[in-house]
This record gives sequence, C-alpha cells and structure tokens, in this order.
Amino acid sequence: MIGGLFIYNHKGEVLISRVYRDDIGRNAVDAFRVNVIHARQQVRSPVTNIARTSFFHVKRSNIWLAAVTKQNVNAAMVFEFLYKMCDVMAAYFGKISEENIKSNFVLIYELLDEILDFGYPQNSETGALKTFITQQGIKSQHQTKEEQSQITSQVTGQIGWRREGIKYRRNELFLDVLESVNLLMSPQGQVLSAHVSGRVVMKSYLSGMPECKFGMNDKIVIEKQGKGTADETSKSGKQSIAIDDCTFHQCVRLSKFDSERSISFIPPDGEFELMRYRTTKDIILPFRVIPLVREVGRTKLEVKVVIKSNFKPSLLAQKIEVRIPTPLNTSGVQVICMKGKAKYKASENAIVWKIKRMAGMKESQISAEIELLPTNDKKKWARPPISMNFEVPFAPSGLKVRYLKVFEPKLNYSDHDVIKWVRYIGRSGIYETRC
Amino acid sequence: MTDSKYFTTTKKGEIFELKAELNSDKKEKKKEAVKKVIASMTVGKDVSALFPDVVNCMQTDNLELKKLVYLYLMNYAKSQPDMAIMAVNTFVKDCEDPNPLIRALAVRTMGCIRVDKITEYLCEPLRKCLKDEDPYVRKTAAVCVAKLHDINAQLVEDQGFLDTLKDLISDSNPMVVANAVAALSEIAESHPSSNLLDLNPQSINKLLTALNECTEWGQIFILDCLANYTPKDDREAQSICERVTPRLSHANSAVVLSAVKVLMKFMEMLSKDLDYYGTLLKKLAPPLVTLLSAEPELQYVALRNINLIVQKRPEILKHEMKVFFVKYNDPIYVKLEKLDIMIRLASQANIAQVLAELKEYATEVDVDFVRKAVRAIGRCAIKVEQSAERCVSTLLDLIQTKVNYVVQEAIVVIKDIFRKYPNKYESVIATLCENLDSLDEPEARAAMIWIVGEYAERIDNADELLESFLEGFHDESTQVQLQLLTAIVKLFLKKPTETQELVQQVLSLATQDSDNPDLRDRGYIYWRLLSTDPVAAKEVVLAEKPLISEETDLIEPTLLDELICYIGTLASVYHKPPSAFVEGGRGVVHKSLPPRTASSESAESPETAPTGAPPGEQPDVIPAQGDLLGDLLNLDLGPPVSGPPLATSSVQMGAVDLLGGGLDSLMGDEPEGIGGTNFVAPPTAAVPANLGAPIGSGLSDLFDLTSGVGTLSGSYVAPKAVWLPAMKAKGLEISGTFTRQVGSISMDLQLTNKALQVMTDFAIQFNRNSFGLAPAAPLQVHAPLSPNQTVEISLPLSTVGSVMKMEPLNNLQVAVKNNIDVFYFSTLYPLHILFVEDGKMDRQMFLATWKDIPNENEAQFQIRDCPLNAEAASSKLQSSNIFTVAKRNVEGQDMLYQSLKLTNGIWVLAELRIQPGNPSCTDLELSLKCRAPEVSQHVYQAYETILKN
Repeated sequence: MIGGLFIYNHKGEVLISRVYRDDIGRNAVDAFRVNVIHARQQVRSPVTNIARTSFFHVKRSNIWLAAVTKQNVNAAMVFEFLYKMCDVMAAYFGKISEENIKSNFVLIYELLDEILDFGYPQNSETGALKTFITQQGIKSQHQTKEEQSQITSQVTGQIGWRREGIKYRRNELFLDVLESVNLLMSPQGQVLSAHVSGRVVMKSYLSGMPECKFGMNDKIVIEKQGKGTADETSKSGKQSIAIDDCTFHQCVRLSKFDSERSISFIPPDGEFELMRYRTTKDIILPFRVIPLVREVGRTKLEVKVVIKSNFKPSLLAQKIEVRIPTPLNTSGVQVICMKGKAKYKASENAIVWKIKRMAGMKESQISAEIELLPTNDKKKWARPPISMNFEVPFAPSGLKVRYLKVFEPKLNYSDHDVIKWVRYIGRSGIYETRC
Repeated sequence: MTDSKYFTTTKKGEIFELKAELNSDKKEKKKEAVKKVIASMTVGKDVSALFPDVVNCMQTDNLELKKLVYLYLMNYAKSQPDMAIMAVNTFVKDCEDPNPLIRALAVRTMGCIRVDKITEYLCEPLRKCLKDEDPYVRKTAAVCVAKLHDINAQLVEDQGFLDTLKDLISDSNPMVVANAVAALSEIAESHPSSNLLDLNPQSINKLLTALNECTEWGQIFILDCLANYTPKDDREAQSICERVTPRLSHANSAVVLSAVKVLMKFMEMLSKDLDYYGTLLKKLAPPLVTLLSAEPELQYVALRNINLIVQKRPEILKHEMKVFFVKYNDPIYVKLEKLDIMIRLASQANIAQVLAELKEYATEVDVDFVRKAVRAIGRCAIKVEQSAERCVSTLLDLIQTKVNYVVQEAIVVIKDIFRKYPNKYESVIATLCENLDSLDEPEARAAMIWIVGEYAERIDNADELLESFLEGFHDESTQVQLQLLTAIVKLFLKKPTETQELVQQVLSLATQDSDNPDLRDRGYIYWRLLSTDPVAAKEVVLAEKPLISEETDLIEPTLLDELICYIGTLASVYHKPPSAFVEGGRGVVHKSLPPRTASSESAESPETAPTGAPPGEQPDVIPAQGDLLGDLLNLDLGPPVSGPPLATSSVQMGAVDLLGGGLDSLMGDEPEGIGGTNFVAPPTAAVPANLGAPIGSGLSDLFDLTSGVGTLSGSYVAPKAVWLPAMKAKGLEISGTFTRQVGSISMDLQLTNKALQVMTDFAIQFNRNSFGLAPAAPLQVHAPLSPNQTVEISLPLSTVGSVMKMEPLNNLQVAVKNNIDVFYFSTLYPLHILFVEDGKMDRQMFLATWKDIPNENEAQFQIRDCPLNAEAASSKLQSSNIFTVAKRNVEGQDMLYQSLKLTNGIWVLAELRIQPGNPSCTDLELSLKCRAPEVSQHVYQAYETILKN
C-alpha cells in the first residue's frame, strides 16, 4: 500500500510530508526531488523506481504530489487516489497552489490522516468529510451524540457521499450534457473516424436523501420498452442512440444498470459528474469543411474553404474557428472572407478564420492566395489537416435527457416541485478535415 | 486565517522559544506553538528535542490540537521510546471516549507508534475497538490489526486478533468488510502458506455482496482479493464473473482494472464454446477503450495493462486499432505505449491505416518516439507480408530525409526485413550504402556491415566498404567488431581472389590484437575452418539462415500469465514480477492463472492450454530418494533456457516424462550411466506440443497421436507410453499400457535396463486408488535384466484392493522396486478397462433409471471430428463393453442409447447423437447420466479414445 505522501513546490521544497509505513525513510523525500523534480530531461514516466522504491506523481499547476511505496501496490488505485486528493483539497480551499497549501497545512494533515489509513484509502467524499473535518476545527466538540453517530454512519455507510439532513427552501437541479465531437474527414468528404465523448454533469440542490432516476434515449432501453407497443418503437426508434460504453459516478447502482439498464442513485450535494459515455454511431457532424487547394506554378497556392453548418436553422453555433495550415515557405497571404475575420499567423503557419456566430443550414467561404518563396527543398509539403473549433447548443451524439425523476418519501416535496434545468453543449474535440 | 506564516520562522534560538510557548498557559498560544513545530517537522528540521513539551499538550479537549500532537508522536516516538510511554494513558483513555471519532483516532494513532512498550498497551483497547458498536471504530480497528502485525506478528497471532479480523468479513457494514479484507490480504501476503483468507463459496458470496455497497476504494480491495481465489469449476467462475461485470462501468479506473483482472483470470476456466465466454470478451473491450480517456497518468497504467491483455487475448481489442492512434498532445510516455500496442494489433486488415499513422509519427519532434515509430514500420513489414513492400518504400523515403537518427534506425530494421524476406528487396542496398558515413551508432553500423557481408556478391565495392570500417577496428564496439569479422569472412568465401589480404588482416586483428575472448574465439574458429576445409567453411558460414519470427518483444508466456494475475498493480506497469522490485518476503508468491476445467480440455489445442497449471492438476508424485538425482539429470538434459519453461523438478512430471521418452530414443545406443554426460540439447520443437496440456487428457492426447496399434478383439488398448523415464529411475525405464480382455484387466509393462549394471529382484505395489486396482500376482521377471535388455510382462490386476478417491479419479500411483532402489511414478488409466462385460441394461430398466437420475447429474460432451455411422460406433463401443440398449432415428439423427457398468457396480447411461447424412458435421454429441457424476468426465474420455481408434 501507499507508504507515504509528499507535496512539493516547483523548486522541490517539501510542503507536506506524511509517512504511513515504516519502510519509507526520510531520504525518500530527497530521492524524488533529486531524481525527478530536479532531473534535466522531460518526465518519461509518471511512475519512477529509485532504489527499489516506487514513486507515483501527478502535477497540478506547479505543485508536485508524490505517493511512495515499496510494495506491489495497485497502481491505478494510487493515481485515482492522488486525483481524488486534489479534488478534496480543491473543495476545501480552492486552487492547489503553494500559498494555499502552506496556509492550510494543518487541515491537509488532518485530511491525510482521515482519507488514508496505513496507506489504505478510506472514504474521501468531500460531502462526508466536511461534516467532521472543518477549517475551524472546533465543530466536533459541540456535537451531540446523535450527530456523532450520524457522522460515523455516513462515513462508513452505503451512501458515503451525502450527509443526512440537507435542507433547501427551493429544490432545484441542473443537468449539463457536455459533449466533445471528434472527426477526421478525407478531402472528398468521407468520414475516416468520428466519435463523441460526453459527460453528464449534475448540480443538485435537493433536500433530504432524494432517490433519483435518470433516463435518456438509450437505444437498448427504448427498444426494451418498445416491445409492448410497436407503434412507439417506430416513432422513438429513430431518436434513440447507441452508446458504446459508459461509466458512472460511484453513487449510481451499477448492478441495477447491468441488469435493467436503469440509472438510479442518491446524488451527492452540489456538483458532480454523473456519467461519461462514448458514441460512434449516427453522429451529427455540426460542420462540414470543404477544402479546395490548387497549386499555381511553384510559387503560388490558391486555397478555398467552404464551411457548411448542418443543424436546425433556429440554433446558433458560437466561437467558430477554422485553422488552415500554410506551407513553411509562405511569403505572403491575401485572404477574402464573407463572414467573420481571417488572419494569416506566420508564427503558427496557418490562416486563422474566426466567426462569432453562425446559424444552422448556412454556409460561408474563405478564399486565400498564398505566395511561396522558391525553395530547393525537394520534400513536398505534407499538407496538415484543416482543423475546426466551435460550440453548439445541442448534443452531437443525439443524446436526449428523457427524464430525471426525484423521490424523497420522507420529506413533503414531490417530483413536480423540483425545478429542473437541462442544457446541452457540444464542443469540438479534434475536428479535422484533410486537404 | 492562514497558517503559512509557520513556514517562515528561521531565526536562531527557535527551539528554545517554542519550548516556552508550548508550556504557555494560554490555549491559543500552545496551539500556535504546536503548529510551528509541525511546520518545522515538515520541512525536515529536527524538533525531537521538544518531545516532552509537545506530549504535555496531548491532554486537551481540542480535537485539532490533539491531532497535531498525535502527528508529532507518530514521527518521533521511535526516537524517544521512553518518553512515548507518557502518552499511553491518554491513548487508553481516549479509546473509551464516548465520541466514536475520538475512539477511532486513538486506536488509529496508537497503531502507528512503533514502540514495543506501547504496542503491549494497545492490545486491550484494540480488542474492544474491534467489537465496538460503531462501524467507524471497527473499520479503523481492522486496519490497526494490520499495523500491529507489521510491528509484531507473533503478538497478533497470540492475541487471536486474526480470528476477530476474519469475523469482520461477515460484518454488516460494507466498509468494515472492505478494510478487514484489505488487512487480511496484506497479512496473508507475508504468510503465503497460512490460508488466512480461507476463501470458499460462502465467504466469496459475502464479499460479492459487500462489493455492491462499499466505497470505490473498498471495491478495489475486495476485487483484488477475489482475484486470488480459484473457483472450483467453470460454473462458479462464470457466476462470479457475472457479478463482477457491472463494475466495468465504474468511474474509478482502478475499480475497472481490478474487475478486468478478475475476469481475465477466471475466463481462463471458461470453455471457449460457451456463449458466455464470447459475451464476456465483448464486454471487456469498451471499458478498456474508455480508460484511454482518463487522465494521462492513468492512461499510462491502462496502456501498460492493455499491452499485456493484447498479448494474452488479442481478440478482445483487435477491432479497436484507431483508439490507439497517438494524439498530438499526449505526454511522451502515453505516445510510446500507444505505439507499442498499435504494432501488436497491426494486421492485414488495418495495415494501411497503421502505416499512414507511423509515417506521420516519424516526422515528430521527440527523438525516442521517432525512433520507435521507424522501428515500428519495420516490424509491420515483418508481421504483415503484404505490406512489406510499402513499408520498405516508406523507410526509403525516411532515409532520404537524412535525419541522422532516422537513417540509422531505418537501417537497423531493414536488416531485419532482409532476414525475413531474403532476396527480395536488395535493390535498396545502393541507397543504404550512400549513408554509410553518417552511421555512428554501433547497432546501425553492425546492421549495415551485416548487409554488406550478406550481399557482398551484389555490391561491387563491398571490399572497399568493409575495409573502410577496418581502419578503426579497435575503437569499434564488440558488436561491430564481431559483425565485421563475419562479414569479411563471408566476403572472402564469395570473392576469394580479391579479398585474401583483407581476410588475413581481420583475422589477425581479431585473434592477435584483441583482448576480447568472444572475438578471439570467433576469429580462431574462422581461421581454422578456412585453413582446413574451405568447402566446409562455406557450408557453415554461408548456410541458410533460419527465418526470424513475426512477433518481437513478446513477453515470455509464463511471465505473461503471472502478470495477468497482477493487472492494475505496479508489476503490470513495470512488466516484471513483484519479486524483481519488492524487497523481502512480501509479494514474492508467484501467482498463476487457474487451469481450464477439464470439460473443455480435449477440444483445445495444446498450445492454448494454460502453461502455469498448479500442482493439483498434475499427477501427484511421491517423493523418492532417487528424485534429486533425477532432477539434476533433467536439468542437464533440458533444452536451453529459451525453450518452454520446464521449471522446477517433480511438479511437472507429466512434461518431464514426455521429454525423457524423446530423449531416450535420441540417445540411441549410447551407454547411459548415472554420471551425466553432456548431450546435445534435443530438438525443442517437437517437445513443447504436449507440455502445457494438463495430464488429465494429456495422456489420451498422446495416445491419439501415436494410435493405430490397438487390437480389435477385446477392449481398445492404447499403445505403450513411457511411465518412468530412465533418468528418473537410475536407468530403469518403464513403459506400459492397460488392457481388458475377457473380463480380466492387466497392466502390460515393458521394462528396459538402460543402466550399466544388471537389475534383479523386481517387485511392484500400487497405492490405494479410486477403483481398488491392485496387482493380482507378483511381478514375475524370471531372469536378471542385463544392460540394454528389454522384457515384456503382463501383470494381471484385480479390483479388490483398498479404495481411496484420487484426484484425478483415474490416477494410479505405482512403486517399483529392484536391487538398486525403489522408484515411484504415477499414471492415468483409461476408464474403459473398468467397463464390465455384463453392462447391458434392460430397455425398461434403462428408461426408468434415466428418468430416475436427477437432471443435474447429466453431463454433455462433444466428440469432435468423428465421422462414424451408428453401426460402426456401436460395434466399436461394444467391443469395449459399452452396450447399445436402443436406437432411434429422430429428424435424420441417429440416437444411440447405451449403458455400461463399472467394476464397482456404478451404472452409466449414455445418449449418443450421430448425424450420419451430414458430412460437414462430424461431431458427436454425448450426454451421460450417472449417480456418481464425477466419473462422467472420464467415461467421456474413454468414449473419445475408443471411437477415435
């Protein structure tokens, strides 16, 4: 298991050092500093073995977090723990910076004592931790016996991520479906590869211990339900989507998902990532890029790029940026575009064309003349792909939230009283068209 | 409020000042002082001098202050053991505190103080805390047992804490269960033999229940523990897998990887014919792909593991090539790993895409990455023949870039391509020669020299080129020197007239002016070869080279199997067994994959069978005095290390037997004594075919291989197999088989004396066995057995001996004595020698019995590739006392209903389904019903043996 945990600043000075196991000596702190932080070359691996001691590290801004062990630990677990540690610290005091760590070192030691026992990670859900580890450190003395046992049962219980007795005057929840759409397209418009990786982020401000059920247009679920009424299948069948794989926050009952494919859970309070998913079929590609490159002699290139938006005219895409690479021996560029602004950026070897907003089913074009310096370099220009960035107000995977039902039998509010907000944002991941 | 000020106190006399503050009356001041102490401790200053003053602050109701003092105590108690004892009272008192948080804090901290005197006082509070009413205290106490065990293992055992810990596995609180599992697993690791965890179906069930309820970390502990369990059969394995698969959707990558580990391991036990097996394979791919969208550090861990998984079961990810394409922003360690996996997944179907990608990568910035990409192009050429041409032209393009390290890397791989496809791409040699001067790395120089030597006849100025290397001969690395020597000798043999001087020069450089023994020896060998018999030299030096294999950098199979058991852990990241990087006794227990259950074995080809089968599968070997000697001999005789792992001594007796047999025939007339002479290693290719297969069916497989000798009258008789190889028994070789003729069973033995002395006084004895087989008469060897003599004996057997159930059921342990020593071996007898002559059941009786035997006793088998019609099968079986009671034709299929009886009166009923009119379907389906279902497997094997011979 984890033998020790160190936090360093960018110079390699120790800010936090907590040793859990006897086999980790003080020299381990220095070994990591000398061999990794002060090493000349770039980091070649996040796991380093120095004198039979293994160091796992992650970096947050310029802070190094390192876990040390001499045993054959579960490496994936150690990294997951380090990320979690960062999340917990961020939840307590914001950004992980040298200043913040120094200001909160007592708190950090207290947290480390709680979430890691003899190197074994324990409950590390902020919701639960905040009930008994506070920055003031005085809360624990004024607890009644009931409160104490409530804390312990929550920390060790099945629902370790939420405490009891949360109350809101207004029960409200926000769902964000955030997707990034990735594409590689051939110059002829053939899709070489495309996938969407999406996340459903939930912000919940709900009283009590609400039981939630989340439904989306998952093909498997829709088809299962549609069995009874064939009519409905034909109606909704088109709109359902095939999900390649998904993972869930630990509050979701996985066995229930496995058997019934229903997503039910008691949410943590506040913001959390409910699920991640990936789809590859029937993706709506919000933009199509049509490139046309013509070489005029040896010293001139003519480039024409058309972009077409491919979604409902009532929707607006934002922050559109098209990046057209230019050869290294470019001497001058003239650009004409109908919409937005375009500029040749010599330092980036590209023409960058920006459009603030664009409605669906529109098209726009840019043409450029690129003058080249004569060169004796025989090697042909490799023509890197044209890449695009954008943001659209829908989910390119076609995912739709069908419902999010809330049940709290003990308190007197019903599903109808909860105010729910759903938002879809599709962003470009790596969105490239070869030319 | 900020605490960062505590980090800035660096003035002199600090300790003194702190001391005063610690003893202050004001609470706030005290707390401030302790914080300063902790801050100094963190940055590495020695503040141990303040020990008594800090400990004085311990008695406080301020929890924050208390925690700080505890932190200090954990750090310095070891250096001040006497003072630490002052803290004991407070700890003991805190363990009784009404607040469970304080009780837990006390027991948690106490376990971290590694002072003997304190641990003594810890026992009582710990005992109470393990049974505390509050789960938070119990889960903390569970870990504390592991802490205490680390300090004083004996104490933990004496105090009975291990039993209490075991009880906690049944605790109602999932987190307590998880921590208890973690603690027990760790303790068990330092006592490999203790069977502490004692996993059985009941406790596994408890763990699986807790798995659904506990924290993400707890799930990891439980899954890692589950992975150590070996289910008793494929059914249990499947039911565990079914309950573990939901974990594949967990957001925590470590939970996913640990679940993958359990599944990969248990999958080993599932038959490939099972529908579930295919389902499971399909379920594994998506979560593995999803791991690649995690943070880069986790991606790295995942990729290292995927690398193992792809080698073990390539089918899982074969369609997922694209997800391993390198992204521009990936950290270098992720890029390198992805590249490695891409090459492993490269196939004819996706090679075009892969090559296009690799070409992109070869123009990147990072030198290591570019090198690896270039090398990968070469590996693609070797792996996928259709792509070789394209790869070579890509490499030539890259050489044209003149980037130094790209050129060198390309030349190294082109050499391998030449090896794989001789006389195909020699047209590129001219281009390669142009770059001779830019090569400065030994590997590239050696590769280039090899190419020049190998194709000397096609390169006009080969002598000049090689001569140019010769100038700085002594400054070259050994690799280059050796290559140069060989290349010039090759050149000489091809163009003797012009190069005599050159070869003289290199031979004298290598033999006279070099200190390197390898180089010198090689030089002398060439010299002598050339001077005694140039024709022979030509045959040796210019011999056709063996082709190089397609896959490179594969992990050796036994290590791979071990690493699969360590998925997710550091071992899987390093690709090394834990013993390579863990100190001391911890974690050095070798893990191996569970063996496949027997039912699927016969359908398997031997090389896919698990190699690391535990001893349980192999016939047990009775330890004998002769063993050590036999082992030594085996070691001497074994193939070189590159061969399949013969591993350690007697456990793999089945394998060694086969080897021994092969060896004896190889040795032929060579008088064989006990003193080991040096033999040339036997050809390894023939041996491994049967090595891996567990002996359960290995023996019958062997029979299949060498069949065709059996007699038609009476039961089928397998040809004789070597049971006891000569080197295991001081020169006595025993081979034999079992026969059944007209109601009597006998063991036909062939004894061969391969020693130098005469053997006399033979006797034989059997260990108790499942069917009470025993010799019915003493072993009659009438005359002494002189060296190199063979005698054939038929030993009549009875079935009235004492009975003991063996594992496997048909295992027979035999002891043979002669004037030299006593030798032990074990063998498996085919079950059909026990089928009695009056095994034909009446039709009505058959029907009633079939209905009477519960359905769960029915076992289904398939006999593959057996193109027999009903009559032929029926008569074949009848001669081995399997009687056809009735025959029916249902929808073009012949159904035979058969019965047989074993010597101990057990009836076995069978239904054999044959599809005669369908030449494409030659598989027979056999279902067996018997009140003692454990014999079904062996009856099935008997069926198969009889029908196929």
